[in-house]
Amino acid sequence: MTREFVHRQASHCESGAISGLLAHHGLPLSEAMVFGLSSALSFAYLPIVKINGLPLVAYRMPPRFIIKGLQKPLQLKMRFETFRDPASGERRLNELLAAGEVVGMQTSVFWLPYMPQDLRFHFNAHNVLACGRDPQSGDYRLSDPVVEELVNCPAPDLLRARFAKGVLAPKGLLYYPVNRPQAPDWARALPAAMRKTTRIMLDSPLPVIGVGGIRWLARAFERLDADRQAEHARMFVGQVVRMQEEIGTGGAGFRFIYAAFLQESADLLGKPVFGELAERLIDIGDEWREFALATARMIRGRDPLRPALLAARLRALADRETKFFRDLRQAL
Amino acid sequence: MRDDEVPQEGNATLGGQRKAVYARAADGRLHLVSSAGWEVEEIVTRQAVDEFQKLAEAARQRVLAGESSALEFHMYRMRMDLPLLAQATGLWQWRVRRHLRPAVFARLSAGLRCRYAEALGMAPEQLERLP
Repeated sequence: MTREFVHRQASHCESGAISGLLAHHGLPLSEAMVFGLSSALSFAYLPIVKINGLPLVAYRMPPRFIIKGLQKPLQLKMRFETFRDPASGERRLNELLAAGEVVGMQTSVFWLPYMPQDLRFHFNAHNVLACGRDPQSGDYRLSDPVVEELVNCPAPDLLRARFAKGVLAPKGLLYYPVNRPQAPDWARALPAAMRKTTRIMLDSPLPVIGVGGIRWLARAFERLDADRQAEHARMFVGQVVRMQEEIGTGGAGFRFIYAAFLQESADLLGKPVFGELAERLIDIGDEWREFALATARMIRGRDPLRPALLAARLRALADRETKFFRDLRQAL
Repeated sequence: MRDDEVPQEGNATLGGQRKAVYARAADGRLHLVSSAGWEVEEIVTRQAVDEFQKLAEAARQRVLAGESSALEFHMYRMRMDLPLLAQATGLWQWRVRRHLRPAVFARLSAGLRCRYAEALGMAPEQLERLP
């Protein structure tokens, strides 16, 4: 009676994990649809939250936002469980797996042994699915959305990854649906989700969220002292690109996912205007990639380190995204 | 990004794994394409890895010179910094900072040693050794 879980590689961990969970529960939605329907696209520059001494830059909404955002449109009931002590967290996971459940988990990338050594940083919001356990070795069978195949993970390592401390500590978080999700009323759910994204990007009361956050970050770039504190400046700009490309998929990647969502929406709603908007967002994503390339060249010393030039690129991106989201709002 | 623009130059930091990225097919539709890696990602990842290696190496020199405890070396080796190690152990930062002093570290109780070893994922007796 337990169905075999089908692993599919995705571009981003949370949307990939949820897409996998939903498909397993009889509602095949693409990763892009999951991402767009939950209004997960964003931008945030949080100078107060430090990761290794550098500010956090996010190109999407915080962890668990996707999962929570889908509950209403899909009439989905998701159960979240966190644990005070690791032993009970492990026991609960084993119970759920023994009952044939596929379980979502929040983990720290650093402690997952199958991850490439160089990518193992203390980033605590990585989503993976547990879909079984090898009775002999006790290893867990994991579906990591950003990895090509199913992987095995020894129990002590997984436990460590689930109970890592620090910013966004997972506290052993487990999640799984407790009912059968329903296909949404597209004509209502899609525009509502898009409207929410335009609100996040354009109307945030905080200056560090949305397109304003991109400008705020540009200002921080301009303040960097490339002559006297070159090393710090290099680390700072590098961190922004690392957030953009390595952790999750980052700025460009998220913009591409959202563009794919717009293309699907154009078909579902029979409104080609969303297809045209998708084209523009792909171009914006490409510009984020150019920003990343220009930054990497400065880090490597192929171009002289001039944070002001990167700031100008960020401002141009902020302008383009402002215009884009205004037009998206108009199209609704 | 078109299908044929998906970077395939390889990225050593991916350790041979490939990632899935969205690109535009000939018909204009976005779909997932497997990427062997992009040099830009390799550069910024290496930058972060190298930074920790540099910090760990500098700490090792200080330990050898008797200016710091091996705890500092292991902290950076495990890609942590002071705030993170403090959070992982549940200790105040000023206490962790104090434990980075060799004299204080030498007198550390077995309980605290275990706590550090646990947070760093190593055996307590390895804690005072440099590899």
